[in-house]
Amino acid sequence: MASTTQLPVPPAVRVDPSRKPAQRSKGPGRSRPNFLGGLGGWLWLAIIIVPIYYVVVTSLKNQAGFFTSNPMMPPSEPTLDNYKLVLENDFAMYFVNSLLVTVGSVVPALLVSFMAAYAIVRGKTRFLGWTNRLFLLGLAIPLHATIIPIYWMITKAHLYDTLLALILPSIAFAIPISVLILSNFMRDVPNELFESMRLDGCSDWAMMWRLALPMTRPAVVTVGIYNALGVWNGFLFPLILTQSPSTRVLPLSLWTFQGEFSVNIPAVLASVVLATLPLLVIYVVARRQLISGLTAGFSK
Amino acid sequence: MSISTGASRRVLEKGPSGWLAAPALFFFLLFAIVPLAGVFFLSFTKWDGLGEIKLDGFSSWTTVLTDPVTGNALLVTAKIMFFSFIVQAPISLLLGVFTSASQKYRAVLAVLYFVPLLLSSAAVAIAYKALLDPNFGLGPGLGIPFLAQDWLGNSDLVLFVVVFVIAWQFVPFHTLIYQGGVRQIPASLYEAAQIDGAGRVQQFFAITLPQLKYTIITSSTLMVVGSLAYFDLVFVLTGGGPGYSTRLLPLHMYLTGFKANDMGAASALGVILVVIGLALALILQRLGGKNRNASQLEGA
Repeated sequence: MASTTQLPVPPAVRVDPSRKPAQRSKGPGRSRPNFLGGLGGWLWLAIIIVPIYYVVVTSLKNQAGFFTSNPMMPPSEPTLDNYKLVLENDFAMYFVNSLLVTVGSVVPALLVSFMAAYAIVRGKTRFLGWTNRLFLLGLAIPLHATIIPIYWMITKAHLYDTLLALILPSIAFAIPISVLILSNFMRDVPNELFESMRLDGCSDWAMMWRLALPMTRPAVVTVGIYNALGVWNGFLFPLILTQSPSTRVLPLSLWTFQGEFSVNIPAVLASVVLATLPLLVIYVVARRQLISGLTAGFSK
Repeated sequence: MSISTGASRRVLEKGPSGWLAAPALFFFLLFAIVPLAGVFFLSFTKWDGLGEIKLDGFSSWTTVLTDPVTGNALLVTAKIMFFSFIVQAPISLLLGVFTSASQKYRAVLAVLYFVPLLLSSAAVAIAYKALLDPNFGLGPGLGIPFLAQDWLGNSDLVLFVVVFVIAWQFVPFHTLIYQGGVRQIPASLYEAAQIDGAGRVQQFFAITLPQLKYTIITSSTLMVVGSLAYFDLVFVLTGGGPGYSTRLLPLHMYLTGFKANDMGAASALGVILVVIGLALALILQRLGGKNRNASQLEGA
């Protein structure tokens, strides 16, 4: 029952006050440190970190160093040559393509999903009920099974090998989950607020922007980040709907770098680091928003 | 006062116009529902992806259903679905419980656990390809014979490597879902259990697990239906090989359509994929009884 207004509060803060007194006052159950759990936690950390560490360390080695040195040791002479090589191979263009596709898909997807969620939650018509049911159905269908007709439609529309070919289906595929999460949050906005705005003579359109949007902003940001992750990292649409280097996006470029650099593994791994770096920056800046939002969105 | 709320009720009854949902509906119909119908249609045609589409009756279906590779792809998909569920579900449940507690070090670990969420499947696959290389990877570099096996070239091992890499990439997301679920369990339940002298393990089985019922259903549904979409990871990691040993259904569909240029047969495989996805989603909803998604489905 996490309501919208509670969302920005980090959940840990909410848990704290109730647990701490319990720890002090009572019983062996909680106060005894959980060694087994801790051990498992550190073990999983190792599983997560080792590959990431390996990728970063290797990307800083030169090729000779890669073949001769211990793979887990940092390079004796760290080099940025691999990064230079990747950047010289049109990385910036692939980055811009990814950015255009991501922004071009996520912003329209958010806009249409928000309007639909508002109509579905506030509206009463049977049409809206069916629309919602259709979107929910979309969650259960592995939409990727439809790539062949999508390829057909895109070629028929002469959009093959354009960025728009990636944007249009990405918008559609983002809609079901976006509408679900946004309407979940929209339901928590108290009806009284809408009623009082109605009495002030507000239209539905005005209420959507002046009441519903501010009240569901955390959810909008969450859905935006979630979809952006999906589109930014998407591989299948670029693989089947684009072809030339000028429309290549980052995940696909990683795959082609792997073919081009082949044995130069440090350079391949440098491209992996470079492609992930923008997301890592966003994660560091907006971690709380991302995590608490995703949690609330899916465990409601 | 009562008169005015009564009046506003009547005005509100109308609610916002259904047109607000129209743009989302338009995109979803055009790029998800139409292709869904298209994949059925194309499964009864012959098309090489470039030339004319010709109606061809059931011949694609005959090809697909008599091809032993299809059966193998189904088997590989089922195996990966089963093993990745068996591996991911307990780990993410335990990690979710672990990270939901308030200790500082657990919060820090959680920040690191979620990093794989940021990586694209292509990046993860490329990193693991380098890491598992039998000549230059982690194993030979460290001189550990066990790790120096040809993990991706051995058809007995490769399936489990794929399951491991899938778990590495997707456990963080499910941990997040469980973490949110655990944090919504009222602390008073644990306090009462402690007063009754229940230990940690007892509390886990008596409170945490039953309280997480809906979270378990949500996460399991996403896990199982999601495993029909493991395309990009396996495509980059193994390409379906060695032989056919990791050729999942979606991968088989892609290779049939875009490499063997048999779009009719690929569409038939797409239909199979849709049917399996829908059936699994329905079965899981049934197994979970009346779950919140189901009630949303009916209530909204």
